[in-house]
Amino acid sequence: MGSSIMDSLFQRSLEDLIKGIRLNLLTEPTFISKSTDDIRREIKSTDLHTKSVALQKLTYLSALYGLDMSWAAFHVVELMSSSAFAHKKIAYLAAAHSFHAATDVSLLTTHQFRKDLNSANPFEVSLALHCLSIIATPQLARELTPEIFTLLSSSKPSIGKKAVAVILRVFSEYPDAARVCFKRLVENLESSDPHTLSAAMGVFCELAVKDPKSYLPLAPEFYRILVDSRNNWVLIKVVKIFGKLAPLEPRLAMRVVEPICEHMRKTGAKSLMFECVRTVVTSLAEYEPAVKLAVVKIRELLVDDDPNLKYLWLQALTVVAPKHLWAVLENKEVVIKSLSDADPNIKLESLRILMVTVSESNVAEISRVLVNYAIKSDPEFCNEILGSILSACSRNVYEIIEDFDWYVSLLGEMSRIPHCQKGEEIEHQLIDIGMRVKDARLQLVRVGRDLLIDPALLGNPFLHRILSAAAWVSGEYVEFSKNPFELMEALLQPRISLLPPSVRAVYVQSAFKVLIFCLHSYLFYRETIACSPSSPDNFVTESKCPGSDSAIVAADCQQDEVFNPRASNQFFEDASAEDVEDITVTHAQIPNSASLGKDGFTHESIGNLLNLIEMALGPVSGSREVEIQERARNVLGFIELIKQELPGLVKKEGNFEREDLKFPKIIELMHDAFSKELGPVSANAQERVPIPDGLILRENLGDLEMICGNDQLPTSSSFSFGIPHYREKVGLPQSKGESSEASTESTSLLAEHRKLHGLYYLPSEKNDISTDYPPANDPKLQDNLNDHAKDLVKLTEQSLLQKKKPNHAKPRPVVVKLDEGDEAPIAAKKLELKEDLLSGAVRDVLLGNEDVSTSQSNLTDKSSSKRRGKEKLNADQPSGPKEVLGDVGNPNIGNSSSRRSKHHGHGKERRHRSPRKKDKEREENGQKDKQKSSHRHNRHKSRQRADGPNNVVTQTPVIPDFLL
Amino acid sequence: MGIRFILMVNKQGQTRLAQYYEYLTLEERRALEGEIVRKCLARNEQQCSFVEHRTYKIVYRRYASLFFLVGVDNGENELAILEFIHLLVETMDRHFGNVCELDIMFHLEKAHFMLEEMVMNGCIVETSKANILTPIQLMDKAS
Repeated sequence: MGSSIMDSLFQRSLEDLIKGIRLNLLTEPTFISKSTDDIRREIKSTDLHTKSVALQKLTYLSALYGLDMSWAAFHVVELMSSSAFAHKKIAYLAAAHSFHAATDVSLLTTHQFRKDLNSANPFEVSLALHCLSIIATPQLARELTPEIFTLLSSSKPSIGKKAVAVILRVFSEYPDAARVCFKRLVENLESSDPHTLSAAMGVFCELAVKDPKSYLPLAPEFYRILVDSRNNWVLIKVVKIFGKLAPLEPRLAMRVVEPICEHMRKTGAKSLMFECVRTVVTSLAEYEPAVKLAVVKIRELLVDDDPNLKYLWLQALTVVAPKHLWAVLENKEVVIKSLSDADPNIKLESLRILMVTVSESNVAEISRVLVNYAIKSDPEFCNEILGSILSACSRNVYEIIEDFDWYVSLLGEMSRIPHCQKGEEIEHQLIDIGMRVKDARLQLVRVGRDLLIDPALLGNPFLHRILSAAAWVSGEYVEFSKNPFELMEALLQPRISLLPPSVRAVYVQSAFKVLIFCLHSYLFYRETIACSPSSPDNFVTESKCPGSDSAIVAADCQQDEVFNPRASNQFFEDASAEDVEDITVTHAQIPNSASLGKDGFTHESIGNLLNLIEMALGPVSGSREVEIQERARNVLGFIELIKQELPGLVKKEGNFEREDLKFPKIIELMHDAFSKELGPVSANAQERVPIPDGLILRENLGDLEMICGNDQLPTSSSFSFGIPHYREKVGLPQSKGESSEASTESTSLLAEHRKLHGLYYLPSEKNDISTDYPPANDPKLQDNLNDHAKDLVKLTEQSLLQKKKPNHAKPRPVVVKLDEGDEAPIAAKKLELKEDLLSGAVRDVLLGNEDVSTSQSNLTDKSSSKRRGKEKLNADQPSGPKEVLGDVGNPNIGNSSSRRSKHHGHGKERRHRSPRKKDKEREENGQKDKQKSSHRHNRHKSRQRADGPNNVVTQTPVIPDFLL
Repeated sequence: MGIRFILMVNKQGQTRLAQYYEYLTLEERRALEGEIVRKCLARNEQQCSFVEHRTYKIVYRRYASLFFLVGVDNGENELAILEFIHLLVETMDRHFGNVCELDIMFHLEKAHFMLEEMVMNGCIVETSKANILTPIQLMDKAS
């Protein structure tokens, strides 16, 4: 007791605490932990004031410094029941801050909530309501539904609006509450208090966003608000609701489009105007005049040069673009200028718009412009651009690509952009195109070769995946290659040791494919030569002096025609041939290339080739990475075999023996194996493979952990153990690059370490890797971005306008597609049970269900005695307001009971309608009923009680009267 | 739910007020606040006031040394939220008289109270400054 008095006398107030924290900036954590200790002691005090101050401090620390306060939950509940408002206030704030579904003491609060909700003091009621709106659990919501129902029609607007706002939380926690409260919530739509109306609209807006269909019957109410209300907050919400409802009911859209346009024209509030614009472009896009008006209106926003408005404008334009390209065309200048805006968010939006406008006719130009722009952008935006080009072009299996040669070259170009980090995507597309589009293979091989042959690219880890694809493509489609020997050298160059093992394995395998191809071509060629009587002499001379071009080229062509008609059909243009030579000259570290003629399948060149492979792969065959080792051994083993089969090849004497001409079976077999076409694989293919009997896929492999746990598997995908050791042993070309093989992360760590402990490092000699070659992807000089933006405008001027498909000289190549779509099926998202329940409850109420009404009246009887309009509640249905708009009237057969409208007298005098209309309506009713009942059939079982067979008859069409 | 959370953060990135309308654990709140503050405080006056973050859209506005950040659903009307922020600041101004960071620090409960009057469950329920401040003034008188 003594300590308690001391506590209350010398307790620090919240203000002291805050001052203390400010004074102890440096020792903040210690100060806070010390204060927490004080709080822990004080909060146990029997004096409620001491307790409340302690809780106040704790809440403060928890909210702003992230201190855990779950341990104090019980004290919160204790204090909530205090009679003093000041204590209650603190407790409710603490509860709202810290309670959640798993707080077990929240059950203890039920009684307190009930008491406070019934309190005569409006402030206590509003405290409880606010807290409930944040922490309500299903139990709390269920228990307190009657109280909230009462409050919904409170005479005090300040309480009424809060009760309305709480409803949202109550419905989401306890959907059945809708059966009780929904009608009264609807009544609030007619509230004279603007704030209650505003709160109600907020609630309906949230509800309608989740499940618009259920709220269609309320359309007449909303329409009245749309036309009558002068409150911008309310109008924004109601416009939003119509944005959700309109797509479901075309006749409704027709009806609301005019009032919404009216608001757009008249309102002075930008927020409302923008909401109208957004609704028109998203939900009413088929109404051309409305869209035109929206585009004009929103264009007016741009004059201020306010970044906020610009951002929103671009967003709206993105939505309009797919259906109304003209809107973008009219504003293309601003869009393209925004590409170089100071704000990355705005840049991104304008990029999105541009990508929406991409089509077959302009994809080349837009991509060209964007790629040029990407080169000059910061890395982040650069990759955004590349990413959106890649996804736009590959959309729907390259739907918009007409010219694959162009696209493949573009992919190659994108790979070389300095900041490009889209390796994975480009890799995928290169291989995918190779498999799907036969006509693109020639260009693919050409692009792949250019990538492979450039030793500078190997130093960029982001490109490794692309190089892997390039290597695979070059190996798989080697018959298109102009110079397989050069390709082989590229595949086996020393710097490939910079690549990760998985990529190197692809390189080795591709080298194997190239080797088979060369051998096969050589032998095939010799066979043909041998068969024709005159040529053997000729060939021998050729093979001895490979420099004599003309003869070789002549031989080449001949050979080409024989063994590969496809390649010879599309022979290279001269220009690219020059290109090839240029590159070979610049990077002259490929020593043999000079001595090799084009496709010079001579005796000597094959011999050189074999030597080269043996030299390059010999050391690798001892590699610690199993993939590389295995593949290298395969190749070497194969070479051994060839040497035995064709001893003439290695002797290097060049004398031509008849026995060599025997075409080794093995080469033919291998060649056949590799020339088998690979096709794209459907994403669903795996599912179609029947599971063999006795195979249990779902077996628990947890026990294996015991066994495997001791073997420390490397985390990387490769199986490399102790590379350094291996390098010592081999010490061949590999060692040069090996040191930088590790990922960039470790190199940066290493660099850091070196900086710190430079003393203990040997002078670096291996750093020359980067100095040997120009750095990968040397960025060009930064141009002025604004200048560039102007160029962009000029460039795209035609491209965007060009709407007609240009006549293509050559038809679009065939793209292989699989029947059932290549994309993996996206599992349909299941509706959440709770929401389903809620919409079920709401529909029951709106469609007038007798069972519900009775259960409701029971409940209301029980819960409150002084409620107004109890009978009215049973009698009138919210579908009544349908008559507000007039065109309708007579309660019609079958659904009259649900249609009576008492409180909407003003609709009555307009009850006239031609019989034809009536018939039509009835017809539609019937149809809708059918749809409805079939829909409802699948609904959750718990509602079977409500869906008696007789209810099907009473279910009225959703909003026919209003719309006809 | 329209508004998911409201934050007030000073120039140094310290949270001065945090009100969430959906439950997040303390760790999640810290992480979220950190990410958002980093994103928003790095932006300058010429850039727009909207930032997309995770599934939220952050609408923020800077008043002197304080940033007001409101996290909303993607469909929410950004301009209306900006107006809401301005209303909040005006209301505080009226109560504190030229509101500053210290006012909010030392009267956090009052600030929460004003928010409670204005926003319930993520819906804006009150937009009249007088109505918002009446209960607080009454309470001030009572105590």
